[in-house]
Amino acid sequence: MTQLILEHVAARYPESPQPVLQDISFNLGSGEFCVAVGPSGSGKTTLLNLIAGFTMPSGGTIHLDDKPVTGPSAERGVVFQDDVLLPWQNVLENVAFGLKLAGVPRRQRDARAQELLSLVDLAGFEHRHVWQLSGGQKQRVGIARALAAKPRVLLLDEPFGALDAFTREQMQELLLQVWRQTDTPVFLITHDIEEAIFLATELVLLSPNPGRIIERLTLDFSRRYAAGESARALKSDRRFIETREHILARIFAARDAERRGNGASSDRLTRQ
Amino acid sequence: MTDTRHIRSENNLHIDSSEPVVPVSVIKVKKPLPLSVWGFISIGTLLLLWWGVTYLGFIDPLFLPSPWAVLKKFGQVAVSGYLDATLWQHLWASLQRIGIGLIAALLTAIPLGIAIGRYRVVQGLFDPLIEFYRPIPPLAYLPLIVIWCGIGELSKILLIYLAIFAPIVIATANGVRSVDPAKIRAAQSLGATTHQLTRYVIIPAALPDILTGIRIGLGVGWSTLVAAELIAATRGLGFMVQSAAQFLVTDVVIMGILVIAIVACIMEMGLRYIQRKWVPWHGRYN
Repeated sequence: MTQLILEHVAARYPESPQPVLQDISFNLGSGEFCVAVGPSGSGKTTLLNLIAGFTMPSGGTIHLDDKPVTGPSAERGVVFQDDVLLPWQNVLENVAFGLKLAGVPRRQRDARAQELLSLVDLAGFEHRHVWQLSGGQKQRVGIARALAAKPRVLLLDEPFGALDAFTREQMQELLLQVWRQTDTPVFLITHDIEEAIFLATELVLLSPNPGRIIERLTLDFSRRYAAGESARALKSDRRFIETREHILARIFAARDAERRGNGASSDRLTRQ
Repeated sequence: MTDTRHIRSENNLHIDSSEPVVPVSVIKVKKPLPLSVWGFISIGTLLLLWWGVTYLGFIDPLFLPSPWAVLKKFGQVAVSGYLDATLWQHLWASLQRIGIGLIAALLTAIPLGIAIGRYRVVQGLFDPLIEFYRPIPPLAYLPLIVIWCGIGELSKILLIYLAIFAPIVIATANGVRSVDPAKIRAAQSLGATTHQLTRYVIIPAALPDILTGIRIGLGVGWSTLVAAELIAATRGLGFMVQSAAQFLVTDVVIMGILVIAIVACIMEMGLRYIQRKWVPWHGRYN
């Protein structure tokens, strides 16, 4: 059983007095899909970078299966906001890249890469160049690449932010199918509230200045999707809409409270 | 004012039957001539002028032999040679020198460039040295090389080597430094070690810049070659041109210059071809 545990994690930039993230604690286990959602400035990407091991927290601890996170590793697969595929490799080589780094023989890694390309609906694209793919296709290659090395947890950094609305919906459904079939726990960040509600089994709502958790929700829309309900029906479900309005209200309330705070101490504004 | 404008624009809505109406399909888009056509025109004009002034006897053949004489000389030097060596032997001598200089530069400049791009310490150590010697024209330090290394092959190759080295180091280091950090992170999160990162991500990502550096380096090296072959060489295109000039054998001088230009042109085209072949993603994907 995979267990990702964050305890009182904090992060700050060297020059700035205010922390980017403060007292972040949550767990992520097998079969779970955790989404961190929040407006820009709430430290979402920082949080993902900490879990990925690209940066180190200034406080608190991050453990994956009782081992502290000390740097990037193949245990934590990452899908980036902009696809960062390697253009000197074709689609198959990109997906198989992690296995190549691990020393898996060519035949085996190609077979595994084929398997993953079918999983993300890209069978037949093995020998395409990456610049011949559409935005959605590139992101699917990115997901397949991150999953090929069988990571303990999959991290996605606003993976569908650059895609058009239709492609985005398709990608959300595809991601849920992949999640259900691989059983890999997923941590995804987004600023799209509907996306967060649709995908999450555990939703973490972040608020800026400093980035902190202001609410946690346990949701079941993604499990209901996995059980066969249609995406459109779920997204127009009354509970779905209520959840969305609730989250929006929380974000606006937090922002108004912050504005009032800033207004009271106007010298803080002028210093910024 | 506004009123009249309004009326006018309204009038314009009605198509005046006295004006010729041009259907859209008839409008011709002029296709621009390809650049190569203009190139042929300019080179052709120059050749024609050259032929004209020599044919009409405006210029003494001692200073400017006719194109035909130069062509004849080309055949003659190619077969029976000039100064104890055929054109091909001169060419081969030059190509050998630049080839050895280039290989030596590739073997040293690329690893050093990668190290400069990757490690601050190496950058701190080598950047000032390279920035110091790079702007010096090779001819300026040629005398020093002769004092230290004599007038043998070593001096000539060393000069070419130094000329090629700087552009390749600088281009490689720039290429390595400008590798997209997201690509590095992606490879790290796939489990890449430092060595694997260099081999599978940084070098391929820097390859377009490295190839550009080689192109620039080869250009500089080839033009330095003529200078290098002034140092008591017995063979080489630079030597051939230089000694022909001393005896006012102008047709050999012109022929030699043309051969030097053609070789440079072929090297440039070859490297552009390699660039297209090896880095097809360049400009199409970051």
